[in-house]
Amino acid sequence: MEIQKSEAYEIRTSQDIVSVRQAVRRCAVEMGFNLVDQTKIVTASSELARNTLDYGGGGVATVETVLNGSRAGVRITFDDEGPGIADIEQALKDGFTSGSGMGLGLGGSKRLSHEFYIESEPGRGTRVSILRWKGL
Amino acid sequence: MERIPILKMGDFLLVTIQVDMHDRLALALQDDLTEQIVKWRAHGVLIDISALEMVDSFIGRMLSNIANMARLLDAQTVVVGMQPSVAITLVELGLPMKGIRTALDVEKGMRTLRSYIEANGDGQGGDGNPEI
Repeated sequence: MEIQKSEAYEIRTSQDIVSVRQAVRRCAVEMGFNLVDQTKIVTASSELARNTLDYGGGGVATVETVLNGSRAGVRITFDDEGPGIADIEQALKDGFTSGSGMGLGLGGSKRLSHEFYIESEPGRGTRVSILRWKGL
Repeated sequence: MERIPILKMGDFLLVTIQVDMHDRLALALQDDLTEQIVKWRAHGVLIDISALEMVDSFIGRMLSNIANMARLLDAQTVVVGMQPSVAITLVELGLPMKGIRTALDVEKGMRTLRSYIEANGDGQGGDGNPEI
């Protein structure tokens, strides 16, 4: 898989969540995503950016456009150095929340993506990565 | 601080959300709207989200909260103009949006509010509180 473009965005305030959404939208438009695909990947990114801020204590979102043969996609990776997630399987279930949210963040963004990857170590932080291909 | 404007139309309030809302702006809207409902004794609230390209669980929760708060203040809420791509995404996200009434545009939303208020026998065109 070839990474075409990569941009990093810090997530420290709720305004930064808006910036991440806009950056993901720009990439999806650039790659020629249709409106539904754009909306799905932007919404998934918004959920994960909020997780990074609320539960991870802030972090970084890396927005990338990728090519795999003739397939084009947008990948976003969220890294934080927060408390981490002890039970990832439980955290992926709808309705699970350790804060004031509705607990749709992880499960919902997984459903809105074609590829989903999560890695977390209690006390060290969390990395979540989502990818959506164009027109799949 | 930046604010989302609230327009008074008869005994309805109209909010048109045209910016990509950050969280503080969304919370300020909740506060402003509940204040305005009481100030104008409004019986209906229309929230036009046709310019919103995305609704995530935070914004969805805010819309639910507004509808619930408004109901406690004797006002009904209709969310109008949701884009099809937003509706598709919300369902896949798993956001219930329970208790939220919707209409395709502002005009239909007004009709929904009118018929609801008429059916419940108060409000229309005036102050529905009998104790005043």
